[in-house]
Amino acid sequence: MTKITFVTSDDNSITVEGNTGNVMELAVQNKIKGIDGNCGGVCSCATCHVHVEPKDWEKVGAPSTMEADMLEFDEKVSDYSRLSCQMKVTDAIDGVVLKVAK
Amino acid sequence: MAADTSLDKICVIIGASHAGVNVAFSLRREGWEGKIVLFDSDPEVPYHRPPLSKAYLKADDDSQLDLLFPKQNYISENITLCLGKTIVEINKESNQISLSDGSIQKYNKLVVATGARPFIPPIKGIDLASNLFSMRNFADAVNIQKAIISSEEKRVVIIGGGYIGLETAASLRKLGAKVTVLEREKRVLARITAPEMSTFFSKLHQENGVDLLANKNVILIETSEGVNKLLCDDNTTYTADLIVVGVGIKVNTELAENAGLVIENGIKVDSNAKTSAENIYAIGDCTYHFNPHYNRFIRLESVQNAVDQAKVAAAAICGNEVEYDAIPWFWSDQYDVKLQMVGLSTGYNQTIKRIEDNNEKCQSVWYFKDEELLAVDAVNNGKAYVLGTRFIKAKQQLDKEKLMDVSIPIKQTSFLKD
Ligand SMILES: Cc1cc2nc3c(=O)[nH]c(=O)nc-3n(C[C@H](O)[C@H](O)[C@H](O)COP(=O)(O)OP(=O)(O)OC[C@H]3O[C@@H](n4cnc5c(N)ncnc54)[C@H](O)[C@@H]3O)c2cc1C
Ligand code: FES
Repeated sequence: MTKITFVTSDDNSITVEGNTGNVMELAVQNKIKGIDGNCGGVCSCATCHVHVEPKDWEKVGAPSTMEADMLEFDEKVSDYSRLSCQMKVTDAIDGVVLKVAK
Repeated sequence: MAADTSLDKICVIIGASHAGVNVAFSLRREGWEGKIVLFDSDPEVPYHRPPLSKAYLKADDDSQLDLLFPKQNYISENITLCLGKTIVEINKESNQISLSDGSIQKYNKLVVATGARPFIPPIKGIDLASNLFSMRNFADAVNIQKAIISSEEKRVVIIGGGYIGLETAASLRKLGAKVTVLEREKRVLARITAPEMSTFFSKLHQENGVDLLANKNVILIETSEGVNKLLCDDNTTYTADLIVVGVGIKVNTELAENAGLVIENGIKVDSNAKTSAENIYAIGDCTYHFNPHYNRFIRLESVQNAVDQAKVAAAAICGNEVEYDAIPWFWSDQYDVKLQMVGLSTGYNQTIKRIEDNNEKCQSVWYFKDEELLAVDAVNNGKAYVLGTRFIKAKQQLDKEKLMDVSIPIKQTSFLKD
């Protein structure tokens, strides 16, 4: 099981577990406020935007070109922005902390 | 105004798709404590519709349906999901709805999220055609897939070159079908994009082996021994083992209309998603609603509109009125191309096309009405899409000369007026 912690815009910290699918799906399953996943995870809507804790950036890795293009001019972008639908739930990201973009 | 959201109250939702399901979950977030009962005639646990013509259709394995929410979330949020149930009447005087099985459900608040159904054009012989499908729900996608797999020759004719027809064409190519698209207008995607985009998509499909033909008005279908012959009004004929009809939709307004709600190109709602009847709201594809940014009433067929109106309705039902004010956005995936559209281009009088780095497959079309940017269509170009969204929202004045100059890269400040 991979553990992921989400921090919502009202500073609630919620740790959830999963072993398949992508991080957006995991967030939706667990009713994480602010992660909607409106396009169903095809990198078209940016309603799954998170800021990765800097310490976890290495684990998570950089976005693909398509994803980076969606993020570059997003009003909520930071140096640690990712679209969570593009992140697979795997052991590699066990323990990461993701802040819902605000 | 605080609304009564207490335990003994019932909110009933007709239609459990993008709009209906999102209003149910949003109601809980807004603090609705009463019952929530969701009805749909579709027997499947509510799912994302866009993948049906995209990833789902082309997958040759038994891939999973993309659920909007996992089944257990309905249980944990105490949302009663009544699937395979059709509503036949709304009685607004007695605050209840009737089901086709004769049962009755009372409501305090009612949300109509009945969406739309495929329009089947009155072509002679269409009712007798073999293996003829539309593409709206899970059953359609499954049936098309099955028919393709069991067909030897796999000759498919798609009637209609809108985005659903084209996505279906792309996916069926992946499954090895021989695909012809017959479009009645003089170009594909005529209803939603500028000629530049139509040209791009025509070429894309032709490169991928789809026979894509415009100015083709099908007037007769003759079927014998499971093979269909389609005749067009220019006397050409096409043979098909399988026909997919994608010529647009009909809005499901009958329930609302029979109940006496105001209908105008859809169920008419105000900026809080309220219909003309007390305690009845309507959201999603079935609504005719006001868009403040473009200052007019519109009807939209998109996930964005369904989800955003759902949130507005949930808030209004709980007494926290927020005005619906969203810039429409939409996407379509075909082959290796992602089209993203933002804004409404209706009424444009100029387009500017940009091709980045000489790469046809990374382009954008910017629609203007005089100095106002109305909409952007972006092909594999998330930057143009996101920046376009910001410019449209802010009614940003742009320097069109700079926008036309592809040697100037897309940046936040590149196209601003000096
Ligand atoms: C193949 C396909 C691809 C698409 N691709 C995209 C895309 O890429 N991007 C995008 O933004 N949009 C896309 N769309 C459009 C998007 O799916 C719709 O805009 C969205 O589904 C609208 O949601 P809705 O809930 O308003 O209506 P619908 O999804 O139409 O749902 C209405 C529901 O109401 C039910 N219903 C109706 N009447 C009754 C009744 N009397 N009793 C019980 N139940 C009833 C129906 O069974 C249906 O499930 C696509 C649509 C299709 C079909
Ligand atoms: S869910 Fe739409 S971009 Fe991630």
